Amino acid sequence: MADGEPAVLRRESDGTMAVVLAGRWRIGELLPPVAEVERAVTEDPPARISFDSHDLEAWDSRLVSFVARVLDVGSARHIPVDPEGLPEGVRRLLALASAAPRRPQPTEPEPGFFERVGRAAVARGRREIDVVAFVGETATAVARLLGGRASFRVRDLFLHVEGSGARAVFIVGLVSFLVGLILAFIGSIQLRPYGAMLYVADLVAVAMVREMSAIMAAIVLAGRTGAAFAAELGTMRVTQEIDALDTIGIPKVELLVLPRLLALTLMLPFLCVFADFAGVLGGAVIGTAVLGFSPSLYLEETYRAVTAVDFFGGLFKAGVYGALVAGAGCFEGLRSGRSAAAVGQAATAAVVDGIVLVIAAAGVFSVVFYLLEI
Amino acid sequence: MPDTPLSVRDLAASYGALEVLHDVSFEVRRRDVFVIIGGSGSGKSTLLDCLIGLLHPTRGEILYGGESFTEAPVARRRAILRRCGVLFQFGALFSGLTLAENVALPLEELTRLDRREIRRIAELKLALVGLSGFEDFYPSAISGGMRKRCGIARAMALDPDILFLDEPSSGLDPIGARRLDELILELRNSLDTTFVVVSHDLDSIFAIADDGVFLSSDERTVTAWGDPRRMLEQTRDPRVREFLTRGESTEARP
Repeated sequence: MADGEPAVLRRESDGTMAVVLAGRWRIGELLPPVAEVERAVTEDPPARISFDSHDLEAWDSRLVSFVARVLDVGSARHIPVDPEGLPEGVRRLLALASAAPRRPQPTEPEPGFFERVGRAAVARGRREIDVVAFVGETATAVARLLGGRASFRVRDLFLHVEGSGARAVFIVGLVSFLVGLILAFIGSIQLRPYGAMLYVADLVAVAMVREMSAIMAAIVLAGRTGAAFAAELGTMRVTQEIDALDTIGIPKVELLVLPRLLALTLMLPFLCVFADFAGVLGGAVIGTAVLGFSPSLYLEETYRAVTAVDFFGGLFKAGVYGALVAGAGCFEGLRSGRSAAAVGQAATAAVVDGIVLVIAAAGVFSVVFYLLEI
Repeated sequence: MPDTPLSVRDLAASYGALEVLHDVSFEVRRRDVFVIIGGSGSGKSTLLDCLIGLLHPTRGEILYGGESFTEAPVARRRAILRRCGVLFQFGALFSGLTLAENVALPLEELTRLDRREIRRIAELKLALVGLSGFEDFYPSAISGGMRKRCGIARAMALDPDILFLDEPSSGLDPIGARRLDELILELRNSLDTTFVVVSHDLDSIFAIADDGVFLSSDERTVTAWGDPRRMLEQTRDPRVREFLTRGESTEARP
């Protein structure tokens, strides 16, 4: 049959309609649509349908699917379809395809609008319950650790300290340096009209030490380490390692969450110190190279601006952010689904949760520190 | 030790609104290799998840040595599970730990033995499953069959009364599967452990089983009980017959 030509349907004298299959019936060839057969059958219903494949040169599953749909057309209109004229291979494949019974379709009706809203709300509520349970379990685990009774592996702690701390130094330093640079530029523009350009040093130092270092380090770690925690624990869900812990009876929060939580809570303050210096350095580069202050003058102004309370307040915040980032990563990892896509979603959710929690906590800290006049 | 270390009464389980199992009842005798047989999608794994506490049944009761597991408080459940060992289908070894550390982990976390003694026990368990010399390998560096053996060694770490094995022979070559069957019988005979094995491997089932149940995927419940070798003669359920004869008892397909 030539490309794209209409199906040849031959009417026999006994009321049979023969579907003539000729030429090449392969994937990639242009072939007649089944709709034509369907129309012919509807317009003038034949007594039966048969096939004529005398001039068939080659075929593959394209032909089989065509014939299968002709069979469907026939059975829908109660017209017997005679497969006798088909190549034997096609008949066998059709028999094989119809051998296994179709899976019964679920009889439940599609949920309506209210049911969907209700189910979504319940699922959402379940997540909140999970959050509360996770926070509670983690708090209990920390208490047990302080009492010296937790299943805790020091080696894991050092592993995560290295992974989340030492290896993040460069990127945290770079980000903070650039933030210091940006703050110095903004400051110089704002302070120029007042002729108070030297206060750029104060602005950069106080902003970095009090707020920005901790936030920038936490955001870098949320993307770097929080996602890694979620992916690790999510993969352990997929490989049933978490199930194994549950059945052995080892508390997974103590074994898996505690080392990660502690590692980040300890390392973020260290990274924060590093970020403080990098940020001040960034400000100093602008202060000396662009604004023309001498390095000693800039540093002296910086020393005068920053108090010990600023410094240690920043470190305290960093520790809290570390716990939040680690908690978000572990929480999303532990409740991950059991597929590759679910692990990816868990990692994404861990980063989003981590960053949102850090920024929200920073807001709360700002208010509290303001009220306490620190 | 009681003679029925595990019994299940009228158990039903579901995932969301979909009921996977209902009215499942059976008793496991001590020192038996008890098989849970069924085709794919018959709820074998769901039943196992209920037995080892990973899924809470919607109805019914699971009793370990006469004590209710389903009704027990969390601490009690943990204590009961401590007397059980589980081999997961793909081993579920901790990929960050060596084989010896995998076996040692339950001992480290749940006993007060010192480090050297734990190491010795871990080496012994690995030797029992034929993995001497592989103590310091990581799970990614060994074959699937060895991973299953190591999984058994870890499951045996705390000398459990009952060992649950999920599809132990799946993914193994015929010789590896047969060796694993021999290992199961050897361990049963020497340790007096009760085995509950989820399987659809006929050769393995006939080789190791003393007793068992057949889960039908159509009826979502147990349709045949007893020694699988005799199940074939006694059953009137055509599906059990079809399964146990590899589909040969039904008409041959064209």
